[in-house]
Amino acid sequence: MSEITLTDANFKIEVLDSEMAVLADFWAPWCGPCQMVGPIVAAIAKEYEGKIKVGKLNVDENPVTASEYGIMSIPTIKIFKRGKIVEEMVGVQPAIAITQKIDKVLAE
Amino acid sequence: MIYDLIILGAGPAGLAASIYASYHKLSHLVIGDIIGGTATEAVKIKNWPGTEMISGVELMQKFQYHAEGLGGKIVQAKIAGLKKGEEYFEINTNSENYQAKAILVALGTRRRKMNIPGEDKFLGKGVSYCATCDSMFFKNKTVSVVGGGNSAAMAASLLAEHASKVFLIYRGAELRCEPATVDQLKANSKISIIYNTNVLEVNGDKKVESIILDNDYQDSKILKVDGIFVEIGAMPSSDLLNELGVKLNEQGYVAVDQWGKTNVSGVYAAGDIISNTPGFNQIITASADGATAINAVYKYLKEVRK
Repeated sequence: MSEITLTDANFKIEVLDSEMAVLADFWAPWCGPCQMVGPIVAAIAKEYEGKIKVGKLNVDENPVTASEYGIMSIPTIKIFKRGKIVEEMVGVQPAIAITQKIDKVLAE
Repeated sequence: MIYDLIILGAGPAGLAASIYASYHKLSHLVIGDIIGGTATEAVKIKNWPGTEMISGVELMQKFQYHAEGLGGKIVQAKIAGLKKGEEYFEINTNSENYQAKAILVALGTRRRKMNIPGEDKFLGKGVSYCATCDSMFFKNKTVSVVGGGNSAAMAASLLAEHASKVFLIYRGAELRCEPATVDQLKANSKISIIYNTNVLEVNGDKKVESIILDNDYQDSKILKVDGIFVEIGAMPSSDLLNELGVKLNEQGYVAVDQWGKTNVSGVYAAGDIISNTPGFNQIITASADGATAINAVYKYLKEVRK
């Protein structure tokens, strides 16, 4: 499955109420480093299909959610499990750093 | 498999080197943790000949597709160790090991950190290294920028568009950025420049609330800010080269001859990491370094390691 688009409107349903763990990528179009994370997250969405839900939230278009989660730096990746943040990463990460965190979350 | 060459780093130097290596028919691999390297942080590139304007991300994708289209293989991984064996170089990443007859080091530079208490703790909570990315989160807030060069000046100007107040804090008595830029900063009523001052500590509860200065500013060493942007330059990513005995200059840049050859046989270097034009950090010069070094690697493999 490819990534889903997260918004202020669907964040509760798609992320907080999700049965499956969710990886949320907070990004914006003007942020160069965010563009680097894009393809990595897309590949993870394919690789972890059925195990974790992967979504992208444009902080410019969805300021309510970005502000609620205190986003002050992008790219930021947060992993949610049963509505709670269990992992977070700020800045560009190599794929393996992200998948190690996912594996840890899935093993718990 | 033993490669002719492994290129360490996937920025402009490494990817340009891969293109040239393919045309020289060298079996090779590029290993880098960020494909495109620091060039991807450039919002607008206006000095890449033949292209009036392009984003760093887009240009580096073109480099990547070009390199891969010619058969270059790129592995995204962080390099954990380098060793010179009896006959081959051994490169360890956190997932696999590789061997090659020669290596080209194009690991570039990384942002210099302040190394002060609170810097790591508040990363993403008010501490930032990218004003372009994060300035919008500081609308009507008070922020500080640390540094005195062009990147610090650009960050301060950009932040002043969003924030209500910007303190530019520099350890020296005079800014190092271009004179025209200094005038612009001084003319901006939102920006105050604090000279001869270092930041000692970043404090707060859940996010940044204040910083501690080593000199009084308006009778206090505590400056209340919501954010701190670190723009104090870059340093070469040359730590791994000690294991190979590669000669570095005093600032840690790799010493090379005009063809990118280091003091260690079979080890070449290119791009921002080399000593020739430190701090210039241009995509065009890094690409040229990569191409030049491949010529030297080719000769080495043909004549010395046939």
